[in-house]
Amino acid sequence: MSRRREDIVIIGGGPAGLAAALAAREAGIRKVLILERDKELGGILNQCIHNGFGLHTFKEELTGPEYAEKYIQMVLEQQIPYMTNAMVTGIEVLENNDKCVTAMNKEDRLVEITAKAVILAMGCRERPRGALNIPGTRPAGIYSAGTAQYYVNMEGRMPGKEVVILGSGDIGLIMARRMVLEGAKVHCVAELRPYSGGLKRNIVQCLEDFDIPLYLSTTVSEIHGKERVEAVTLTRVDEHGVPISGSEWRVPCDTLLLSCGLIPENELTIGLGAQMDAKTGGPVVSEHLECSVPGVFACGNVLHVHELVDHVSAEAEKAGRFASEYVLASESKTCKSEVADASERREEGWE
Amino acid sequence: MSTEVKLTCITCPVGCALTVRLDDAGETTVTGNKCPRGAVYGTKEVTNPTRVVTSTVRVAGGTDQVVSVKTATDIPKGKITDCMRALEQVEVQLPVHIGDIIVENIADTGVDIVATRSLR
Repeated sequence: MSRRREDIVIIGGGPAGLAAALAAREAGIRKVLILERDKELGGILNQCIHNGFGLHTFKEELTGPEYAEKYIQMVLEQQIPYMTNAMVTGIEVLENNDKCVTAMNKEDRLVEITAKAVILAMGCRERPRGALNIPGTRPAGIYSAGTAQYYVNMEGRMPGKEVVILGSGDIGLIMARRMVLEGAKVHCVAELRPYSGGLKRNIVQCLEDFDIPLYLSTTVSEIHGKERVEAVTLTRVDEHGVPISGSEWRVPCDTLLLSCGLIPENELTIGLGAQMDAKTGGPVVSEHLECSVPGVFACGNVLHVHELVDHVSAEAEKAGRFASEYVLASESKTCKSEVADASERREEGWE
Repeated sequence: MSTEVKLTCITCPVGCALTVRLDDAGETTVTGNKCPRGAVYGTKEVTNPTRVVTSTVRVAGGTDQVVSVKTATDIPKGKITDCMRALEQVEVQLPVHIGDIIVENIADTGVDIVATRSLR
């Protein structure tokens, strides 16, 4: 096991982590480290190959990978260190209020990183089938929309040919278009609520452009098929979301994509003992984006799910600045003892 | 005589509700837009609707890798399918740099396909 010492450790190398790192460096923090679980920086933007990103931040219309590459380029220019393939398993608060982040990857094995401040930028995950209580069998062919997006856009593989999409979140709408462009038949999008959760522009350019029907107040009430999805039963629901008996119809298909909401990924935050907000699914933060654990900041989709990446970047910049202020304030407070500590640690081989 | 078309602008996430009036002389008037881009979109959408197409192309050499690409500007809606079918045949050699032209004049649109990410 190796040890490192940093001023700020950023967990997550997606849009939030990258913007936070740049802001921290700009605020004068020298020792910043980004920890990324994937094999490359950029986060979910890498698989969001459609355009529409960056109108606020860069005043131009970019695809996800283009937006990511602009930030990655800036991070490389600033020579901000990062570790990829790095899984963070826990964050602890030390007696002197420093944080200890435990991470691992193949090259560095197990690493314990001590930092004055931590910025949480882990993003969010999709609500899985298990959380939706859809009756029926458990065949192959059921994917969250983002998983299907990864297969198609990152690995060049099609998850199916005859598709039904449950949930009209933006990822579901974007994937409806993507699957059609790649030659699949998208039968319909079903949405439990009486309105779509996606942007209007996506209803137009992803569904209406391709004559894909959107059934509101409709849900999947059963999945059919043993080895592979063979069909789904769609059912109308009343104003309380309760299925209306007799309104069912069967749609043959081999693939069901789920786009039923995003959940901030906060296992590390909860493990740290930070106070959580039941409404957002993220930690409770102050106006400085600081959690109930001092010196731990949160930004981006781990804090609450954002509609636009531009807003994530803006929020993450703030988190980077606030974390920097925290580090600089703690340095001036404990200046003398810190100097002594640092020289001791150098002797121990910490740096 | 003039015809009126109601549209949702797709230029940005605001999604303005546009009304496009097309008169006999072929002149269009766009209302409901909150920015100039909405007027451009509204006129195009009733005269010659276009879209930017984003997709992926395979990396040569039998790997599973793909590189994301887009049309450098918008192309006529009617050309989207031709564009996609043409892209199916394309393989690129690595390294690819963001902005590299991958296919010139895709499907006779006069528009190039460019890479939207770098890959080594």
